[in-house]
Amino acid sequence: MSVNYGSKRIVVGAHYGLRDWLSQRVTAAVMAIFTIVLLAQLLLSKGPIGYDKWSGIFASQAMKTLTFAVILCLLWHVWVGMRDVFMDYVKPVAVRLSLQVFTIVWLVACSGWAVQVLWRF
Amino acid sequence: MSETATPPAKKRPEFRNINAFTDLPTYRLPAAGWVSILHRVSGVMMFALMPFIIWMFDTSISSEISFTRFTNAFSVGMLGLPGFIWKLLALGLIWAYLHHFTAGLRHLWMDISHKAVELQFGKSSAKVVLTISLTLTALLGAKLFGLY
Repeated sequence: MSVNYGSKRIVVGAHYGLRDWLSQRVTAAVMAIFTIVLLAQLLLSKGPIGYDKWSGIFASQAMKTLTFAVILCLLWHVWVGMRDVFMDYVKPVAVRLSLQVFTIVWLVACSGWAVQVLWRF
Repeated sequence: MSETATPPAKKRPEFRNINAFTDLPTYRLPAAGWVSILHRVSGVMMFALMPFIIWMFDTSISSEISFTRFTNAFSVGMLGLPGFIWKLLALGLIWAYLHHFTAGLRHLWMDISHKAVELQFGKSSAKVVLTISLTLTALLGAKLFGLY
């Protein structure tokens, strides 16, 4: 990657924010694929869905790995989205920074919990 | 400066700083505008309710005992709140996910196709998004509350 610090740091101009925009799209696509994979397994199963069937979906290593990827994608996707919302509606810098710090803590904590659940059972 | 014979056109309202309480309720949005703002609203909703989502994932998947706790929250109730309140919360999340998902697919399609960024497609696809998300929410809501 090109130098983006010190006097060479780009703070304005075209392509600034392209990485955020693209990562939000790519993570959205991964989550959409996960949604379809999960829905297909739920719709193709026969009979009522109890604990065995539901936990069985997440039992395979492949599904656990995909779910793990989705949790990371969600973390990134939501960070970009919430930052957009704060940039649009919250103008005082102190409040915006506090909300952004809160968002990071909230998201990291939530993903930690989700990953723990995923590999515990 | 020359005087014109025709009377000046009726002054249109100018918005320099929108007041959320007096201007927003009278502001008429097109379908694409509704899809756009609801995309934000649904995203923030899911962000705020994330612990509840992970709690549902946790209890539904950890063990059979916790699975019973999960289903009881929606039938008997939990934390002093009756089951239907939790069902309503879940239905809110179902709507948020469906709207965010369908509106997101519309966004992705618009990023891929140049034809999709035309005005007419914007209008019609916004109506399709609202129809799909609201119909599926109604169907799943009826299922959740045991109507069929």
